[in-house]
Amino acid sequence: MQVKETNEFKPKIVAFCCNWCSYAGADLAGTNRLQYPADVKIIRVPCSCRVNPMFILRAFQRGADGVILCGCHPGDCHYTTGNYYTRRRMTLLFSMLDYLGIEKERTRVEWVSAAEGAKFAATMNDFVATVTKLGENKRLEDLRCKAK
Amino acid sequence: MQKIGVFVCHCGTNIAATVDVKAVAEALKGEPGVVFSTDYQYMCSEAGQNLIKNSIKEYGLTGVVVCSCSPRMHEQTFRKAAQSAGINPYMVEIANIREQCSWIHKDIWSATEKAIILGKAAVAKVQLNAPLTAGESPVVKRALVIGGGIAGIQTALDIAEAGFEVDIVEKQPTIGGKMTQIDKTFPTLDCAACILTPKMVDCAQNEKIKIYSYSEVADVKGFVGNFTVKIKKKARYVDEDKCTGCGICTEKCPVKNVPNEFNMGMDNRRAIYIPFAQAVPKVATIDANYCNMLKNGKCGVCSKFCTVGAIDYKQQDTIVEEKYGAIVVATGFNPIKLDDFDEFAYSQSKDVITSLEFERLTNAAGPTSGTLLRPSDGKHPHTIVFVQCVGSRDTSGCGKTYCSKICCMYTAKHAMLTREKYPDTDVYVFYIDVRTPGKNFDEFYRRAVEEYGVHYIKGMVGKVVPRSDGTLMVQASDLLSNEQLHINADLVVLAAAIEPDKSARSLATMLTASMDTNDFFTEAHPKLRPVESPTAGIFLSGVCQGPKDIPETVSQASAAAAKVIGLLAKDKLTCNPCVAQANELMCNGCSSCEKVCPYGAITYSDKEFRMPDRTTAIRRVASVNEAVCQGCGACTVACPSGAMDLKGFSNSQIMAEVDAICK
Repeated sequence: MQVKETNEFKPKIVAFCCNWCSYAGADLAGTNRLQYPADVKIIRVPCSCRVNPMFILRAFQRGADGVILCGCHPGDCHYTTGNYYTRRRMTLLFSMLDYLGIEKERTRVEWVSAAEGAKFAATMNDFVATVTKLGENKRLEDLRCKAK
Repeated sequence: MQKIGVFVCHCGTNIAATVDVKAVAEALKGEPGVVFSTDYQYMCSEAGQNLIKNSIKEYGLTGVVVCSCSPRMHEQTFRKAAQSAGINPYMVEIANIREQCSWIHKDIWSATEKAIILGKAAVAKVQLNAPLTAGESPVVKRALVIGGGIAGIQTALDIAEAGFEVDIVEKQPTIGGKMTQIDKTFPTLDCAACILTPKMVDCAQNEKIKIYSYSEVADVKGFVGNFTVKIKKKARYVDEDKCTGCGICTEKCPVKNVPNEFNMGMDNRRAIYIPFAQAVPKVATIDANYCNMLKNGKCGVCSKFCTVGAIDYKQQDTIVEEKYGAIVVATGFNPIKLDDFDEFAYSQSKDVITSLEFERLTNAAGPTSGTLLRPSDGKHPHTIVFVQCVGSRDTSGCGKTYCSKICCMYTAKHAMLTREKYPDTDVYVFYIDVRTPGKNFDEFYRRAVEEYGVHYIKGMVGKVVPRSDGTLMVQASDLLSNEQLHINADLVVLAAAIEPDKSARSLATMLTASMDTNDFFTEAHPKLRPVESPTAGIFLSGVCQGPKDIPETVSQASAAAAKVIGLLAKDKLTCNPCVAQANELMCNGCSSCEKVCPYGAITYSDKEFRMPDRTTAIRRVASVNEAVCQGCGACTVACPSGAMDLKGFSNSQIMAEVDAICK
C-alpha cells in the first residue's frame, strides 16, 4: 500500500470505552456515520473501573498523545458503582500527571451513554482538536520504547 | 506462541469501500504468531464461517482474529464457529473495523491504517488469551412484571399461559393503567374497557399470576436467572383479603372533596375509594393524605360501616422479598404537565383541557356520564379546537423533541366521535403534520376529514385567550393559505406529549438498565433485539421503551413474554467466564478488593502455603465466587499487590493492546 507522506501532526489517542455504554455509543456513532478523526483507537473494557492507572501511564510511556476514558453516566453504571471509582481514581491520576508535565487537556473522563452516538463523535472531535493543538507528548514518552 | 489466523471481512462494501481489506490482511501477516491471514466478502455468512473453521483445522490455529463489525454484533457468531472447529470460543478476538473505522472515516488511507492498527491490537491481545470455560447458574422459574397496564397485563398473561409463575407489581390501587381511562380505541372504535377489563379479570383469576397492587419495587439484587427483589406494599389501611369491594365505605366517607385522579381531577372522590367499578383487585384504599382518622384520629366512619371488618388504620408498609429469573419493565407513560405552555392558557381556563381529560368527558363512567359538556359552565360546546403536537416535536426546550406517535390518531378519533354525536359542532384540528402509518390508520384519518367534515388546518396555534363572555379566542395561522385565523372556540383540547413515568429513572438505576436522554429504556439492539434491555434478564414492554399505541404495545408485550419464556424454559444458564481471579501467591489478604466489589463476590479464607524454607504458613487470601462475579474489574485496580486480574480482559492483554496502538 502507498503510504501518504504528510508533515501534519497526527496525535496518537487511546480511548478506553466501557462495554455497556460508551462502546455501544461509539458503535452508534458508527451506525449513524458520524465522522471523527482516525487518530482515535478504542480499547474495549468491561467497565470504566477496569482501567488501571498503569494502562494510562503505559500509553503515555509508549508515546500516546492523549488518553480518554469513557463510561456510563454516574448512576447508570451497569455494575452499579464502577464509574464512581473511575471518577475518583482518575481525578487523582490526572492531577498527578499534570504535576509530571502531562497537561490536563491530554487526559479526559467523559460519560457517554449507549444512546449518545452524537455525543461520542462530538467528544472525540473536540478531544482530538485539543490534543492536536498541544502537539506531541514529550514528557513521559520513553524513547527506548520507540519502534525502530 | 499462539498460531493465529486473521480473517478480514469486507461486509459487502460497508468495510471494503473505505478500508483496503486486502492491504489489512497483508499487513497483519507479518505480526508475531500470525500463520494465516485472508479476507472474505461476508465473514458472518455460512461460507465465511466455514472458511474460519476450515482454516482452524488446516493450519492448526490456536487463536482467531476477525476484523469485522462490532463484537456486540457477531462476537457470539465467531465464537461458536471457533468452538465447532474444536478450539476454545474465548480464543477469538474481534477488531471492530466497521462501526469504529470504515463507517466513521472517509479517507481510505487513514481508515486502512487505523484498521491495521486495530487488527494488530487484536492480534496482540489474542496472543495472551487463555481458554476459558463458562460456569453454570440455576434459573429461578418465576418472572416479575413491573407495571400493570395493558403492556404488563399482556406480558403476564402470556408468561402464565406458558406455565410459569409471574408477579405483577403495580403502584396504583388497581391494575389496568392508562387504558382504563380511555373511552374508545382507534381505529376500530371498540370500547377500551370492554376489551381491557376481561384481561384484568383473567390476571386476577389466573393461578400463576400474583398481583401486588399499590406496591412498588424497592430494591433489586442479583443477575439474570437469579434476581432478588424487595417489593414495598404500601399501606392501604384495608385488609385486601377481607375487603369484598362492596363500596359502602366509599359512600359513607365524609371527606368528599378529594380530586379524582381517575377522572383527571374533574370530579371528586372520597378519602376511601375504589378507583373505578371494574378495578382489579376490587379493594378499597384509604388516601392517607385526606383521611380524617389517619390525619387527626377523628372519624372512623368507614370502619363502622364495613361489614367484614376490613378497615385497619394501623396497617404499615410492608416489604416482601421474592426471587425471580427474569424481570419485565412495563412502567408506561404520563402526559406531560402543560404548566409551561402559557400560550394555550391551560392553567387559566377550565375549558382548555388535555386529550386525556377529553377522553374522560366522553366516557360513560366519567364526570359527565359521557355527555360532552364544558367543564366551566356545563354547556354543550359548539366550536371545538384540537391542537396537536403540544410539547411533541418541540425544540424550544419546553417540551419533548420526539414525536409522541399516538396523538394524530386519537385526535382524529376525538374529532370524529364529536362530529358523530353532536353534528352541529364545528371541529377544527391544528396540526404540523398528520402522521398515521399503521393498519387502517390512514383510512381512519381520511374518514374524519372526508365523511365527518372535520376541519384540518396545517399550522400551529399561537395563542389562546380566554374572553369575558366565556369563549376562548384561538389565534392561529393557516400555513397552506398563509392566513391568520381567529376562531371563537368553546373548548380547546391539547394533545399533550407523552413522557415515560417518573418512577422509571430510579427503577433503571436499581435494575442497572440503561436509558436514553428522554428517560425511555434503551433496547439491546434497536432493530434486532427490541424487547430486551442490554442488561441480561431485563426485558422491555410498552411505552417505557418508546411511544407506542395499543396494538404495538400488545405485540411488544407478547414479544417480551416470549423472550422471558425462552429464558425460564432453561434449567441452567451459562455464566460469563470473564470474571476476576486472585493470584493467591501474591494476595496479602488486605480486603481492598472486597470493599469495592458491588456484588459481594469476594470472600477470604485461610489457606496453607508451603514456604521456600519448607515450612508451612497459614495466610488469609481472597477467592472469587465465579457465579456471583459479574466481571466489572473494579477489584483488579483496587488490589495494591496486583494479585487480582480479570479473565478475558487481563492486565497483560490490555497493556498489549495499548502497546500495539501506540507503536
